[in-house]
Amino acid sequence: MIDIRGLTKRFGETTVIDGVDLRIAHGERVVVIGPSGTGKSTLLRCLNFLDRPQAGQISIGDLTLDAARASRAQILALRRRTAFVFQNYALFANRTAKENIMEALVTVQKQPRAEAEARALAVLAETGLSDKADSYPAALSGGQQQRVGIGRAMALHADLMLFDEPTSALDPEWVGEVLDLMRRVAARRQTMLIVTHEMQFAREIADRILFMHSGRIVESGPPEQIFGAPKDERLQRFLSRVGA
Amino acid sequence: MRALDLEYMLGLVPVILGYVPLTLFMALVGMALALVLASLLAVERVFKVPGLDWLVLLFISFFRGTPLLVQLFLFYYGLPQVLAFLTQINGVTAAIMGLTLHFSAYMAESIRAAIAGVDRSQWEAAQSIGMTQGQMMRRIVLPQATRIAAPTLVNYFIDMIKGTSLAFTLGVTEMMGAAQKEAAGSFRYFEAFLVVAIIYWVIVEALNQGQKRLELFLNRAYAR
Repeated sequence: MIDIRGLTKRFGETTVIDGVDLRIAHGERVVVIGPSGTGKSTLLRCLNFLDRPQAGQISIGDLTLDAARASRAQILALRRRTAFVFQNYALFANRTAKENIMEALVTVQKQPRAEAEARALAVLAETGLSDKADSYPAALSGGQQQRVGIGRAMALHADLMLFDEPTSALDPEWVGEVLDLMRRVAARRQTMLIVTHEMQFAREIADRILFMHSGRIVESGPPEQIFGAPKDERLQRFLSRVGA
Repeated sequence: MRALDLEYMLGLVPVILGYVPLTLFMALVGMALALVLASLLAVERVFKVPGLDWLVLLFISFFRGTPLLVQLFLFYYGLPQVLAFLTQINGVTAAIMGLTLHFSAYMAESIRAAIAGVDRSQWEAAQSIGMTQGQMMRRIVLPQATRIAAPTLVNYFIDMIKGTSLAFTLGVTEMMGAAQKEAAGSFRYFEAFLVVAIIYWVIVEALNQGQKRLELFLNRAYAR
């Protein structure tokens, strides 16, 4: 169970996340949609403390932290329970595909190398990239890099996987393979919080859709309701604009 | 004008070459220490540790702002008058200390710039998987910064090799000192110092070749 209360993030005078409350059940797959600049990515980044929220409470399992007073140790503990998939992949440029996945297992989780390597190879097999184990990111296509990025997050067995627009930076030809991999992750009932503009995909895999506007969750519900019978006028306008 | 005494020069080559190990020793030890010190200084400059930042800035400013020869004289001839325990320091140690401090100040700035040149996404990816700041710097940021800084650092190493000739002024018999002594007996100063110059030149050219290989090696992860 993930419980977020009153999460607030300001950049200078601008409030980007305006007291967001959100509960996510174990195994729930939640997709965040909404216009650009409404704080969707910032919400995800705050849950990983890549952006530090000014206020709010975040609970994941037995870890609870108060954003305003979070200690360094608490922030590390939070990051170790979450896994982040970046829009621009952000693979470690000095590590091969296999080493990218092993890095957190060896350095952070202190697994023996052999065990970490075995897990990394297993994850690479799931992402269909076994033959790229020893390739550096620069030698991989965008789609392959993002599949390694998702593999790196999968290997952590995190309580919550965060996907920050994972297909937005991809050439159209690579989007399909990345969404396919995410479908496979979702099929395992991994708890996921996904920011995406892929409406068809959201409709397909989400248990719940959140519509964000101006730093707030304006409407939330199952996909049929959000896409079939949107109540909020801003959501209706957004959906007609994106053609969903 | 008289002709070069080539025979004398050839005879001198093995004598001077005998001092190459000492030159390389001073340069390698100085470089290793300077790399460690410069990395620490650079990391401090990136994170700006309160209370330490001004000290680091002062250090860098002083050692970049004064000549190496003056610094060496300060260490070897000056400081022992103030700090008694330094009287036991020999010329080689003093030279290594001076080279280390002097070049670490320069190298700190190029390492700092290289760290700043590592893409932000690399820092965020390291943070997102729960690395401590130390782990992030050691395993992700500094290795990538090394690649960016390598060409300049090799240049500083070349400067340091040439800088070891100043140890001569601290009474160390290295290549210059040996040549000086030989020439004092033969009065063939031009030949003696020309031999020294050529040996330095060959060492530096060999390093330039090494630099090309080093860059290929460091770039191996980034080739498409």
